[in-house]
Amino acid sequence: MASEDIWIVGIHMTKFGKHPDRDIVDLASEAVMGALGDGGMSMRDVGVVAAGNLMGGPGSIGQQIQKQVGQTGAPVYNVANACATGATALRTAIMALKAGECDTGLAVGVEKLAGAGLLAGSTRADDADTWTRRGRYGQVAAIDGRIGTETMPGVFAQIGMEYGHRYGGVDFELFAKNHAHSTLNPLASYQKRFTLEEIMGDVMIAYPNTRPMCSANCDGAAAAVVVTDAKRKTLSLEQQRRSVKVAASVLTTDPYEEACQVLPNVNTLTKNAAAQAYEAAGIGPADLDLVELHDCFATAELVHYDNLGLCEEGGAADFFRSGATWRDGTTPVNVSGGLESKGHPIAATGIANVWEICHHLRGEAGDRQIEGARVGLAHVIGLGSACGVHILERAAA
Amino acid sequence: MAEQISFVDYLVLDPEPRLVAHECDSCSARFFDHRNACASCGSTSFHDAEIATTGEVRAFTIVSLAAPGVPVPFAAAVVDCGGTSVRANLLNVPPDPEHISLGMKVRLATTVVGVDSAGTEAIGFGFEPLEGTTNGQ
Repeated sequence: MASEDIWIVGIHMTKFGKHPDRDIVDLASEAVMGALGDGGMSMRDVGVVAAGNLMGGPGSIGQQIQKQVGQTGAPVYNVANACATGATALRTAIMALKAGECDTGLAVGVEKLAGAGLLAGSTRADDADTWTRRGRYGQVAAIDGRIGTETMPGVFAQIGMEYGHRYGGVDFELFAKNHAHSTLNPLASYQKRFTLEEIMGDVMIAYPNTRPMCSANCDGAAAAVVVTDAKRKTLSLEQQRRSVKVAASVLTTDPYEEACQVLPNVNTLTKNAAAQAYEAAGIGPADLDLVELHDCFATAELVHYDNLGLCEEGGAADFFRSGATWRDGTTPVNVSGGLESKGHPIAATGIANVWEICHHLRGEAGDRQIEGARVGLAHVIGLGSACGVHILERAAA
Repeated sequence: MAEQISFVDYLVLDPEPRLVAHECDSCSARFFDHRNACASCGSTSFHDAEIATTGEVRAFTIVSLAAPGVPVPFAAAVVDCGGTSVRANLLNVPPDPEHISLGMKVRLATTVVGVDSAGTEAIGFGFEPLEGTTNGQ
């Protein structure tokens, strides 16, 4: 298939954290104006808008943003794919460019989640006065807590435990890393280093995930401007130099496997996405200078080392213990602080991780710069499930 | 004895409690809910299949924080019952990692979820450890 390269020319992420005085349109607009300014573009250049927001409103966030920053009439695709929504928006804009619909696209994701507490798992109402079967399982009353758990910390705890059961030798007293990394990221929600004892001794949410091992609910937005290769050639040399090549853009969904109806399988679709992305980019895991992966819980980061091929099959715990994934290791993972400290405004996350990679590839990551970074990978998972993988390359000098 | 109703329609109480899945006629994939076509192979015909009543814990967590109204702590698990994975709580065992382990052998157990205004008991299910219980095989 003839397909020209796609480039990110502008990208922006707001401060992640608490923004009590700003709504989702304000936050998304800051990200959009930042990304357009970063790329030297305006809304007049944009031929397609892909936008994501899960928790905030009537489902027309893209149109609301246009009314706030530029109502050009460019078509909007409002997308939703759980925690992979941002990556889905980016991929939607890229697909429009690859299809020849236009030469410049805008992707944006925004969420306000500060103080939201547990995601999924619903408040249990009082049981009915008389038992009546309803729902997909003919249940006579609420299932959550009576037949396992629907909370995200509990689901991902079991995903980590299942990996431990399959391969053995896994303990979960591992994860001080991302919080340590976050101290170098001024846009992170939390920039506090914890000792291992502090992490393991904190409030237990769903064994083995304690509170600091769970992603941080926060407010935030991120946006990216993508262009075709032909469009890029019309831009200034400085814009071309700072542009980042999208070497692979992949979205996968989980195929049927035994057990997937009782515990979501986040492994196979990530392995499939990684394989497709490495092939498209013509590289392997050993070529990656840094990785931002979906550490919604510490137990999830562990299984994705394996799923992305960063380590030998079954070797995730040993890989972590080797120090490889610290910022001075062979494969730095989540040098932004990850979802656990940078924060996880869910629809923004799949663009925010691309923002992090782009900054390193451009040599603009400041104190946390991974020196000489040329290639990076950004990964997200949305339960249900969807997996987005983007491989990004620095422009040739 | 009070009237009883099973908590979900895939739990059958008589003559002995057991779980019954919809099994694909073509590829034998099993589903606890109704499917219009098999998610694995696309076939549209299913038959009932009884799930083994013993198994081993393949994954578990101890939920200490849940949605309002859900009592905690409790142990949630995925139990491998002869090749069919089942989601359930672990019953009759303290919900702590000293008493629950990966690979632990368990068997189906029932519990009274509640009694409605007509006096009918809703009977739920979970899995309890095989060792240390009476009638353990």
